[in-house]
Amino acid sequence: MTSQRRRVVVTGMGAITPVGLDVESSWSAIKNGVSGIGHTTLFDTKDYKTTISGEVVAWDTDAHFDRKDSRRLDRFSEFFIVASRQALAQSGLAYSEDSEGSARAGVMVGAGFGGMGSFIDEINLLSERGPGRVTPTGVPKIIPNMAAGLVSIEANLTGPVSCVVTACSASANAVGDAAEIIRRGAADVMVAGGAEAAITTFGIASFNQARALSTRNDDPEGASRPFDLDRDGFVMGEGGASLVLESMEHAQSRDAEILGEVTGYGMSADAYHITLPRPGGMGASRAMKSAIDDAQLDVSDIGYVNAHGTSTQANDSTETAAIHLALGEAAGNTPVSSTKSMTGHLLGAAGAAEAVVSLMALRDQVLPPTINQVTADPECDLDYVPNEAREASLDHVMSNSFGFGGHNVSLIVSRV
Amino acid sequence: MDRNAVSERLTGVLVSELGLDADKINDGANFEEDLDVDSLGVVELLMALEDEFDVKIPDEEAESIVTVGQAIDMVQGKL
Repeated sequence: MTSQRRRVVVTGMGAITPVGLDVESSWSAIKNGVSGIGHTTLFDTKDYKTTISGEVVAWDTDAHFDRKDSRRLDRFSEFFIVASRQALAQSGLAYSEDSEGSARAGVMVGAGFGGMGSFIDEINLLSERGPGRVTPTGVPKIIPNMAAGLVSIEANLTGPVSCVVTACSASANAVGDAAEIIRRGAADVMVAGGAEAAITTFGIASFNQARALSTRNDDPEGASRPFDLDRDGFVMGEGGASLVLESMEHAQSRDAEILGEVTGYGMSADAYHITLPRPGGMGASRAMKSAIDDAQLDVSDIGYVNAHGTSTQANDSTETAAIHLALGEAAGNTPVSSTKSMTGHLLGAAGAAEAVVSLMALRDQVLPPTINQVTADPECDLDYVPNEAREASLDHVMSNSFGFGGHNVSLIVSRV
Repeated sequence: MDRNAVSERLTGVLVSELGLDADKINDGANFEEDLDVDSLGVVELLMALEDEFDVKIPDEEAESIVTVGQAIDMVQGKL
Protein backbone atom coordinates (compact mmCIF):
# COMPACT_ATOMS: atom_id res chain seq x y z
CA MET A 1 0.00 0.00 0.00
CA THR A 2 1.21 3.45 -0.82
CA SER A 3 0.48 6.01 1.84
CA GLN A 4 -0.95 8.44 -0.68
CA ARG A 5 -3.60 7.21 -3.06
CA ARG A 6 -3.61 8.20 -6.71
CA ARG A 7 -5.63 11.31 -7.45
CA VAL A 8 -8.19 11.15 -10.25
CA VAL A 9 -8.87 14.18 -12.41
CA VAL A 10 -11.28 14.97 -15.24
CA THR A 11 -9.76 16.04 -18.55
CA GLY A 12 -12.69 15.73 -20.93
CA MET A 13 -16.46 15.88 -20.88
CA GLY A 14 -19.26 15.18 -23.31
CA ALA A 15 -23.02 15.39 -23.00
CA ILE A 16 -26.13 14.82 -25.08
CA THR A 17 -29.13 16.06 -23.12
CA PRO A 18 -32.70 17.28 -23.65
CA VAL A 19 -31.32 20.83 -23.38
CA GLY A 20 -28.28 20.57 -25.64
CA LEU A 21 -26.18 18.37 -27.89
CA ASP A 22 -22.90 19.06 -26.11
CA VAL A 23 -21.62 20.20 -22.73
CA GLU A 24 -21.48 23.93 -23.40
CA SER A 25 -24.96 24.23 -24.87
CA SER A 26 -26.47 21.99 -22.19
CA TRP A 27 -24.77 23.95 -19.41
CA SER A 28 -25.79 27.26 -20.92
CA ALA A 29 -29.45 26.18 -20.98
CA ILE A 30 -29.24 24.82 -17.42
CA LYS A 31 -27.64 28.01 -16.10
CA ASN A 32 -30.39 30.01 -17.74
CA GLY A 33 -33.22 27.90 -16.42
CA VAL A 34 -34.33 26.63 -19.83
CA SER A 35 -36.61 23.59 -19.74
CA GLY A 36 -36.07 20.75 -22.20
CA ILE A 37 -39.45 19.14 -21.53
CA GLY A 38 -42.04 18.96 -24.30
CA HIS A 39 -44.68 16.75 -25.86
CA THR A 40 -43.42 13.27 -26.63
CA THR A 41 -42.82 12.57 -30.33
CA LEU A 42 -40.87 9.30 -30.15
CA PHE A 43 -44.06 7.22 -30.06
CA ASP A 44 -47.80 7.76 -30.24
CA THR A 45 -48.90 8.67 -26.71
CA LYS A 46 -52.65 8.49 -27.40
CA ASP A 47 -53.41 5.86 -24.75
CA TYR A 48 -50.85 7.03 -22.21
CA LYS A 49 -51.40 8.98 -19.01
CA THR A 50 -48.15 10.85 -19.54
CA THR A 51 -47.60 12.47 -22.92
CA ILE A 52 -44.58 14.63 -22.08
CA SER A 53 -40.88 13.92 -21.75
CA GLY A 54 -37.43 15.38 -22.21
CA GLU A 55 -36.43 14.15 -25.64
CA VAL A 56 -33.12 14.84 -27.32
CA VAL A 57 -35.17 16.50 -30.04
CA ALA A 58 -32.60 17.44 -32.65
CA TRP A 59 -30.83 14.09 -32.59
CA ASP A 60 -29.57 13.19 -36.05
CA THR A 61 -28.16 9.66 -36.12
CA ASP A 62 -26.94 10.04 -39.70
CA ALA A 63 -24.81 13.03 -38.76
CA HIS A 64 -22.75 10.76 -36.49
CA PHE A 65 -22.89 7.25 -37.94
CA ASP A 66 -22.84 5.43 -41.27
CA ARG A 67 -26.05 3.57 -41.90
CA LYS A 68 -24.10 0.31 -41.89
CA ASP A 69 -23.14 0.97 -38.27
CA SER A 70 -26.22 2.77 -36.98
CA ARG A 71 -28.58 -0.06 -37.89
CA ARG A 72 -26.83 -2.07 -35.19
CA LEU A 73 -26.97 0.65 -32.56
CA ASP A 74 -29.68 1.38 -30.09
CA ARG A 75 -30.31 5.06 -29.43
CA PHE A 76 -28.75 4.80 -25.95
CA SER A 77 -25.47 3.56 -27.42
CA GLU A 78 -25.48 6.38 -29.96
CA PHE A 79 -25.76 8.87 -27.11
CA PHE A 80 -22.88 7.31 -25.20
CA ILE A 81 -20.60 6.97 -28.21
CA VAL A 82 -21.08 10.59 -29.29
CA ALA A 83 -20.73 11.93 -25.72
CA SER A 84 -17.53 9.89 -25.38
CA ARG A 85 -16.19 11.24 -28.68
CA GLN A 86 -16.74 14.75 -27.34
CA ALA A 87 -15.03 13.90 -24.05
CA LEU A 88 -12.04 12.24 -25.70
CA ALA A 89 -11.66 15.12 -28.15
CA GLN A 90 -11.56 17.60 -25.29
CA SER A 91 -9.04 15.49 -23.38
CA GLY A 92 -6.74 15.33 -26.40
CA LEU A 93 -6.29 11.58 -25.89
CA ALA A 94 -6.35 9.29 -28.91
CA TYR A 95 -5.27 5.69 -29.23
CA SER A 96 -4.53 3.51 -32.21
CA GLU A 97 -4.54 -0.29 -32.22
CA ASP A 98 -0.87 -0.44 -31.32
CA SER A 99 -0.75 2.51 -28.93
CA GLU A 100 1.32 1.70 -25.89
CA GLY A 101 -1.15 3.30 -23.47
CA SER A 102 -4.21 1.60 -24.90
CA ALA A 103 -4.13 -1.27 -22.41
CA ARG A 104 -4.03 1.25 -19.55
CA ALA A 105 -7.23 2.93 -20.77
CA GLY A 106 -10.75 1.59 -20.31
CA VAL A 107 -14.45 2.38 -20.34
CA MET A 108 -17.16 2.17 -17.69
CA VAL A 109 -20.76 2.79 -18.68
CA GLY A 110 -23.86 2.98 -16.53
CA ALA A 111 -27.35 2.40 -17.84
CA GLY A 112 -30.61 1.55 -16.21
CA PHE A 113 -31.97 -0.43 -19.13
CA GLY A 114 -29.77 -0.36 -22.21
CA GLY A 115 -31.52 -0.76 -25.52
CA MET A 116 -35.12 -0.75 -24.35
CA GLY A 117 -36.48 0.56 -27.66
CA SER A 118 -34.69 -2.16 -29.59
CA PHE A 119 -35.88 -4.80 -27.13
CA ILE A 120 -39.48 -3.72 -27.73
CA ASP A 121 -38.98 -3.81 -31.51
CA GLU A 122 -37.46 -7.28 -31.37
CA ILE A 123 -40.19 -8.66 -29.12
CA ASN A 124 -42.78 -7.22 -31.49
CA LEU A 125 -41.05 -8.93 -34.42
CA LEU A 126 -40.96 -12.16 -32.49
CA SER A 127 -44.66 -12.06 -31.63
CA GLU A 128 -45.83 -10.84 -35.03
CA ARG A 129 -43.55 -12.75 -37.37
CA GLY A 130 -41.97 -15.56 -35.37
CA PRO A 131 -38.48 -16.51 -34.22
CA GLY A 132 -37.06 -16.54 -37.73
CA ARG A 133 -37.53 -12.78 -38.08
CA VAL A 134 -35.70 -11.68 -34.95
CA THR A 135 -32.56 -9.87 -36.05
CA PRO A 136 -29.16 -11.43 -35.40
CA THR A 137 -27.92 -8.15 -33.95
CA GLY A 138 -30.85 -7.94 -31.53
CA VAL A 139 -28.99 -9.03 -28.42
CA PRO A 140 -25.90 -6.86 -29.03
CA LYS A 141 -28.20 -3.88 -29.55
CA ILE A 142 -30.02 -4.41 -26.28
CA ILE A 143 -27.40 -5.33 -23.70
CA PRO A 144 -26.40 -2.29 -21.63
CA ASN A 145 -22.67 -3.08 -21.53
CA MET A 146 -22.53 -2.78 -25.33
CA ALA A 147 -22.21 1.00 -25.08
CA ALA A 148 -18.90 0.49 -23.28
CA GLY A 149 -17.84 -2.22 -25.73
CA LEU A 150 -18.59 0.04 -28.69
CA VAL A 151 -16.54 2.92 -27.28
CA SER A 152 -13.66 0.57 -26.56
CA ILE A 153 -13.81 -0.72 -30.14
CA GLU A 154 -14.02 2.73 -31.71
CA ALA A 155 -11.40 4.38 -29.51
CA ASN A 156 -9.05 1.37 -29.17
CA LEU A 157 -9.28 1.20 -25.39
CA THR A 158 -8.16 -2.27 -24.28
CA GLY A 159 -7.94 -1.88 -20.50
CA PRO A 160 -10.79 -2.44 -18.03
CA VAL A 161 -14.13 -2.19 -19.85
CA SER A 162 -17.31 -2.80 -17.92
CA CYS A 163 -20.82 -1.71 -17.07
CA VAL A 164 -22.91 -0.87 -14.03
CA VAL A 165 -26.66 -1.44 -13.99
CA THR A 166 -28.10 0.18 -10.86
CA ALA A 167 -31.16 1.95 -12.25
CA CYS A 168 -31.02 5.72 -11.77
CA SER A 169 -27.73 5.65 -9.92
CA ALA A 170 -25.97 3.61 -12.64
CA SER A 171 -23.75 6.25 -14.16
CA ALA A 172 -22.86 7.83 -10.82
CA ASN A 173 -21.61 4.36 -9.93
CA ALA A 174 -19.85 4.17 -13.29
CA VAL A 175 -17.94 7.40 -12.63
CA GLY A 176 -17.14 6.35 -9.06
CA ASP A 177 -16.10 2.82 -9.99
CA ALA A 178 -13.94 4.11 -12.85
CA ALA A 179 -12.23 6.50 -10.44
CA GLU A 180 -11.59 3.57 -8.09
CA ILE A 181 -10.03 1.58 -10.93
CA ILE A 182 -7.59 4.43 -11.54
CA ARG A 183 -6.97 4.91 -7.83
CA ARG A 184 -5.95 1.29 -7.38
CA GLY A 185 -3.63 1.52 -10.36
CA ALA A 186 -5.46 -0.82 -12.73
CA ALA A 187 -5.74 1.90 -15.39
CA ASP A 188 -4.46 5.41 -16.05
CA VAL A 189 -7.42 6.59 -18.11
CA MET A 190 -11.10 5.68 -17.97
CA VAL A 191 -13.91 6.94 -20.16
CA ALA A 192 -16.83 6.87 -17.73
CA GLY A 193 -20.44 7.86 -18.00
CA GLY A 194 -23.87 6.68 -18.87
CA ALA A 195 -26.66 6.68 -21.37
CA GLU A 196 -30.37 6.02 -21.49
CA ALA A 197 -33.08 6.08 -24.13
CA ALA A 198 -36.20 4.79 -22.42
CA ILE A 199 -38.81 7.21 -23.73
CA THR A 200 -40.64 4.23 -25.19
CA THR A 201 -44.06 2.65 -24.96
CA PHE A 202 -43.04 0.22 -22.26
CA GLY A 203 -40.86 2.72 -20.39
CA ILE A 204 -43.63 5.28 -20.04
CA ALA A 205 -46.39 2.71 -19.46
CA SER A 206 -44.53 0.95 -16.70
CA PHE A 207 -43.52 4.10 -14.82
CA ASN A 208 -47.08 5.38 -15.28
CA GLN A 209 -48.46 2.23 -13.70
CA ALA A 210 -46.08 2.76 -10.79
CA ARG A 211 -47.53 6.31 -10.44
CA ALA A 212 -44.00 7.66 -10.75
CA LEU A 213 -44.42 10.07 -13.67
CA SER A 214 -45.83 13.57 -13.76
CA THR A 215 -49.09 13.82 -15.68
CA ARG A 216 -48.95 17.59 -16.00
CA ASN A 217 -49.37 17.15 -19.74
CA ASP A 218 -50.80 20.62 -20.35
CA ASP A 219 -47.71 22.31 -18.94
CA PRO A 220 -44.62 20.37 -20.03
CA GLU A 221 -42.11 23.00 -18.97
CA GLY A 222 -43.70 23.25 -15.54
CA ALA A 223 -43.99 19.51 -15.00
CA SER A 224 -40.63 18.75 -13.41
CA ARG A 225 -40.78 20.73 -10.17
CA PRO A 226 -38.50 19.09 -7.62
CA PHE A 227 -39.12 20.15 -4.01
CA ASP A 228 -42.19 22.24 -4.96
CA LEU A 229 -45.35 21.43 -3.03
CA ASP A 230 -47.28 20.71 -6.23
CA ARG A 231 -44.83 18.21 -7.72
CA ASP A 232 -46.58 15.15 -9.09
CA GLY A 233 -43.85 12.83 -10.31
CA PHE A 234 -40.75 12.80 -12.46
CA VAL A 235 -40.52 13.60 -16.15
CA MET A 236 -38.54 11.10 -18.17
CA GLY A 237 -35.57 12.45 -20.06
CA GLU A 238 -32.95 10.72 -22.17
CA GLY A 239 -29.38 11.28 -23.24
CA GLY A 240 -25.81 10.41 -22.48
CA ALA A 241 -22.83 11.87 -20.70
CA SER A 242 -19.21 10.88 -20.60
CA LEU A 243 -16.13 11.98 -18.69
CA VAL A 244 -12.49 11.24 -19.32
CA LEU A 245 -10.97 10.38 -15.95
CA GLU A 246 -7.25 10.23 -15.62
CA SER A 247 -4.69 9.80 -12.88
CA MET A 248 -3.26 13.15 -11.86
CA GLU A 249 0.26 12.01 -12.84
CA HIS A 250 -0.89 10.87 -16.26
CA ALA A 251 -2.70 14.15 -16.92
CA GLN A 252 0.21 16.24 -15.70
CA SER A 253 2.77 14.26 -17.65
CA ARG A 254 1.05 15.27 -20.88
CA ASP A 255 0.16 18.79 -19.75
CA ALA A 256 -3.55 18.13 -20.10
CA GLU A 257 -6.03 20.77 -19.05
CA ILE A 258 -7.56 19.61 -15.76
CA LEU A 259 -11.26 20.35 -15.41
CA GLY A 260 -11.68 19.11 -11.86
CA GLU A 261 -11.00 16.19 -9.58
CA VAL A 262 -13.15 13.27 -8.45
CA THR A 263 -12.42 13.39 -4.73
CA GLY A 264 -15.24 11.45 -3.14
CA TYR A 265 -17.40 8.43 -3.85
CA GLY A 266 -19.83 6.88 -1.44
CA MET A 267 -22.63 4.37 -1.74
CA SER A 268 -25.13 2.66 0.45
CA ALA A 269 -28.32 0.65 0.21
CA ASP A 270 -31.68 1.35 1.75
CA ALA A 271 -32.47 -2.36 2.14
CA TYR A 272 -36.11 -1.33 2.39
CA HIS A 273 -38.30 -1.47 -0.74
CA ILE A 274 -38.04 -2.08 -4.48
CA THR A 275 -38.98 1.46 -5.49
CA LEU A 276 -39.57 3.62 -2.40
CA PRO A 277 -36.77 5.30 -0.48
CA ARG A 278 -36.39 4.41 3.18
CA PRO A 279 -38.37 7.08 5.07
CA GLY A 280 -36.25 9.44 7.08
CA GLY A 281 -33.38 9.42 4.58
CA MET A 282 -30.93 7.37 6.64
CA GLY A 283 -29.83 5.29 3.65
CA ALA A 284 -29.07 8.22 1.38
CA SER A 285 -27.40 10.15 4.20
CA ARG A 286 -24.90 7.33 4.67
CA ALA A 287 -23.88 7.52 1.00
CA MET A 288 -23.31 11.27 1.35
CA LYS A 289 -21.32 10.89 4.57
CA SER A 290 -19.25 8.17 3.07
CA ALA A 291 -18.43 10.33 0.03
CA ILE A 292 -17.45 13.23 2.31
CA ASP A 293 -15.21 10.90 4.34
CA ASP A 294 -13.72 9.49 1.17
CA ALA A 295 -12.86 13.01 0.03
CA GLN A 296 -11.41 13.74 3.49
CA LEU A 297 -13.60 16.82 3.75
CA ASP A 298 -15.71 18.42 6.42
CA VAL A 299 -19.44 18.79 5.84
CA SER A 300 -19.02 22.58 5.68
CA ASP A 301 -16.64 22.19 2.70
CA ILE A 302 -19.49 21.13 0.43
CA GLY A 303 -20.41 24.33 -1.38
CA TYR A 304 -23.31 22.96 -3.39
CA VAL A 305 -25.32 19.77 -3.68
CA ASN A 306 -26.62 18.74 -7.08
CA ALA A 307 -29.57 16.77 -5.78
CA HIS A 308 -31.13 13.65 -7.17
CA GLY A 309 -34.32 15.77 -6.89
CA THR A 310 -36.60 13.79 -9.16
CA SER A 311 -39.85 15.69 -8.51
CA THR A 312 -41.56 12.66 -6.98
CA GLN A 313 -43.31 13.09 -3.65
CA ALA A 314 -41.19 10.49 -1.94
CA ASN A 315 -37.75 11.35 -3.27
CA ASP A 316 -37.66 15.05 -2.65
CA SER A 317 -38.78 15.08 0.97
CA THR A 318 -36.67 12.03 1.81
CA GLU A 319 -33.60 13.46 0.10
CA THR A 320 -34.10 16.70 2.02
CA ALA A 321 -34.17 14.75 5.27
CA ALA A 322 -31.09 12.82 4.16
CA ILE A 323 -29.18 16.02 3.44
CA HIS A 324 -30.07 17.28 6.92
CA LEU A 325 -28.79 14.03 8.43
CA ALA A 326 -25.60 14.08 6.39
CA LEU A 327 -24.66 17.74 6.67
CA GLY A 328 -26.14 18.53 10.07
CA GLU A 329 -26.18 22.24 10.84
CA ALA A 330 -24.33 22.96 7.61
CA ALA A 331 -27.39 21.84 5.62
CA GLY A 332 -29.10 25.18 6.15
CA ASN A 333 -26.18 27.03 4.56
CA THR A 334 -25.64 24.65 1.67
CA PRO A 335 -27.41 25.40 -1.58
CA VAL A 336 -29.05 22.38 -3.17
CA SER A 337 -30.61 22.29 -6.63
CA SER A 338 -32.10 19.78 -8.99
CA THR A 339 -31.22 20.31 -12.62
CA LYS A 340 -33.76 17.61 -13.43
CA SER A 341 -36.22 20.49 -13.22
CA MET A 342 -34.89 21.37 -16.70
CA THR A 343 -33.52 18.16 -18.18
CA GLY A 344 -36.06 15.74 -16.79
CA HIS A 345 -34.73 12.51 -15.33
CA LEU A 346 -32.11 10.88 -17.52
CA LEU A 347 -32.43 7.67 -15.45
CA GLY A 348 -29.20 5.69 -15.82
CA ALA A 349 -27.51 8.64 -17.53
CA ALA A 350 -28.46 11.11 -14.81
CA GLY A 351 -25.49 10.59 -12.50
CA ALA A 352 -22.89 11.23 -15.19
CA ALA A 353 -24.83 14.13 -16.70
CA GLU A 354 -25.10 15.73 -13.28
CA ALA A 355 -21.42 15.11 -12.56
CA VAL A 356 -20.77 17.16 -15.71
CA VAL A 357 -23.14 19.86 -14.44
CA SER A 358 -21.34 19.85 -11.08
CA LEU A 359 -17.97 20.32 -12.79
CA MET A 360 -19.35 23.19 -14.87
CA ALA A 361 -20.71 24.78 -11.69
CA LEU A 362 -17.18 24.60 -10.28
CA ARG A 363 -15.70 26.05 -13.45
CA ASP A 364 -18.04 29.02 -13.64
CA GLN A 365 -18.61 29.37 -9.88
CA VAL A 366 -22.32 29.38 -10.57
CA LEU A 367 -25.13 27.48 -8.87
CA PRO A 368 -27.63 26.20 -11.44
CA PRO A 369 -31.22 26.77 -10.36
CA THR A 370 -34.15 24.51 -9.57
CA ILE A 371 -36.85 25.91 -11.82
CA ASN A 372 -40.61 25.74 -11.24
CA GLN A 373 -40.33 26.73 -7.60
CA VAL A 374 -43.71 28.29 -6.87
CA THR A 375 -45.07 26.90 -3.61
CA ALA A 376 -42.77 25.81 -0.84
CA ASP A 377 -43.25 22.36 0.65
CA PRO A 378 -42.84 22.44 4.44
CA GLU A 379 -41.05 19.09 4.19
CA CYS A 380 -38.53 20.58 1.77
CA ASP A 381 -36.87 23.36 3.70
CA LEU A 382 -33.43 23.78 2.13
CA ASP A 383 -32.09 26.49 -0.16
CA TYR A 384 -32.98 25.05 -3.56
CA VAL A 385 -31.59 27.96 -5.61
CA PRO A 386 -35.13 28.72 -6.77
CA ASN A 387 -35.72 29.66 -10.40
CA GLU A 388 -32.54 31.62 -11.03
CA ALA A 389 -28.86 30.74 -11.12
CA ARG A 390 -26.62 32.37 -8.57
CA GLU A 391 -22.94 33.14 -8.28
CA ALA A 392 -21.10 31.37 -5.49
CA SER A 393 -17.65 30.51 -4.29
CA LEU A 394 -17.30 26.77 -4.78
CA ASP A 395 -14.48 24.32 -4.13
CA HIS A 396 -16.38 21.07 -3.68
CA VAL A 397 -19.69 19.90 -5.12
CA MET A 398 -21.60 16.79 -4.12
CA SER A 399 -23.91 15.06 -6.60
CA ASN A 400 -26.54 12.57 -5.46
CA SER A 401 -28.07 9.73 -7.45
CA PHE A 402 -30.49 7.15 -6.13
CA GLY A 403 -31.97 4.15 -7.88
CA PHE A 404 -34.81 1.63 -7.71
CA GLY A 405 -33.54 -1.24 -5.64
CA GLY A 406 -32.47 1.11 -2.88
CA HIS A 407 -29.14 2.24 -4.36
CA ASN A 408 -27.75 5.50 -3.00
CA VAL A 409 -24.67 7.03 -4.60
CA SER A 410 -22.89 10.30 -3.91
CA LEU A 411 -19.97 11.72 -5.85
CA ILE A 412 -17.85 14.70 -4.88
CA VAL A 413 -15.98 16.73 -7.48
CA SER A 414 -13.53 19.44 -6.55
CA ARG A 415 -11.59 22.30 -8.03
CA VAL A 416 -7.91 21.60 -8.63
CA MET B 1 -38.07 -11.68 -63.34
CA ASP B 2 -34.87 -11.71 -65.36
CA ARG B 3 -31.47 -11.81 -63.74
CA ASN B 4 -30.78 -8.11 -64.32
CA ALA B 5 -33.99 -7.13 -62.58
CA VAL B 6 -33.15 -9.37 -59.61
CA SER B 7 -29.65 -7.94 -59.51
CA GLU B 8 -30.95 -4.39 -59.50
CA ARG B 9 -33.43 -4.98 -56.69
CA LEU B 10 -30.90 -6.95 -54.69
CA THR B 11 -28.35 -4.17 -55.02
CA GLY B 12 -31.02 -1.73 -53.85
CA VAL B 13 -31.58 -3.82 -50.70
CA LEU B 14 -27.86 -4.03 -50.00
CA VAL B 15 -27.51 -0.28 -50.23
CA SER B 16 -30.69 0.86 -48.52
CA GLU B 17 -31.07 -1.82 -45.87
CA LEU B 18 -27.49 -2.72 -45.07
CA GLY B 19 -25.78 0.55 -45.94
CA LEU B 20 -23.29 -1.06 -48.32
CA ASP B 21 -21.28 0.92 -50.84
CA ALA B 22 -23.04 0.65 -54.25
CA ASP B 23 -19.79 1.10 -56.18
CA LYS B 24 -18.31 -2.06 -54.71
CA ILE B 25 -21.28 -4.30 -55.47
CA ASN B 26 -20.81 -6.66 -58.43
CA ASP B 27 -21.39 -10.33 -59.16
CA GLY B 28 -17.96 -11.41 -58.00
CA ALA B 29 -17.93 -9.34 -54.80
CA ASN B 30 -17.41 -11.50 -51.72
CA PHE B 31 -19.65 -10.31 -48.86
CA GLU B 32 -17.17 -10.76 -46.05
CA GLU B 33 -13.95 -9.95 -47.90
CA ASP B 34 -14.95 -7.25 -50.37
CA LEU B 35 -18.03 -5.67 -48.80
CA ASP B 36 -16.99 -5.83 -45.15
CA VAL B 37 -20.12 -7.73 -44.13
CA ASP B 38 -19.48 -9.84 -41.01
CA SER B 39 -21.18 -13.14 -40.14
CA LEU B 40 -24.10 -11.36 -38.42
CA GLY B 41 -24.40 -9.12 -41.47
CA VAL B 42 -24.76 -12.09 -43.80
CA VAL B 43 -27.73 -13.28 -41.74
CA GLU B 44 -29.25 -9.79 -41.83
CA LEU B 45 -28.70 -9.67 -45.57
CA LEU B 46 -30.47 -12.96 -46.20
CA MET B 47 -33.40 -11.85 -44.04
CA ALA B 48 -33.64 -8.63 -46.02
CA LEU B 49 -33.67 -10.63 -49.26
CA GLU B 50 -36.39 -12.94 -47.94
CA ASP B 51 -38.53 -9.89 -47.23
CA GLU B 52 -37.76 -8.12 -50.48
CA PHE B 53 -38.43 -11.10 -52.76
CA ASP B 54 -40.90 -12.99 -50.53
CA VAL B 55 -38.83 -16.17 -50.64
CA LYS B 56 -37.57 -18.62 -48.01
CA ILE B 57 -33.84 -19.22 -47.71
CA PRO B 58 -33.14 -22.31 -45.57
CA ASP B 59 -30.05 -22.17 -43.34
CA GLU B 60 -28.24 -24.92 -45.24
CA GLU B 61 -28.55 -22.96 -48.50
CA ALA B 62 -27.67 -19.72 -46.79
CA GLU B 63 -24.34 -21.08 -45.66
CA SER B 64 -23.17 -21.60 -49.24
CA ILE B 65 -23.74 -17.99 -50.28
CA VAL B 66 -20.49 -16.10 -50.30
CA THR B 67 -20.74 -13.69 -53.24
CA VAL B 68 -23.30 -11.25 -54.60
CA GLY B 69 -23.64 -13.37 -57.77
CA GLN B 70 -24.50 -16.46 -55.76
CA ALA B 71 -27.16 -14.53 -53.88
CA ILE B 72 -28.72 -13.33 -57.13
CA ASP B 73 -28.76 -16.85 -58.58
CA MET B 74 -30.28 -18.30 -55.46
CA VAL B 75 -33.04 -15.69 -55.31
CA GLN B 76 -33.80 -16.07 -59.02
CA GLY B 77 -34.01 -19.82 -58.63
CA LYS B 78 -36.77 -19.38 -56.06
CA LEU B 79 -38.94 -16.90 -57.92
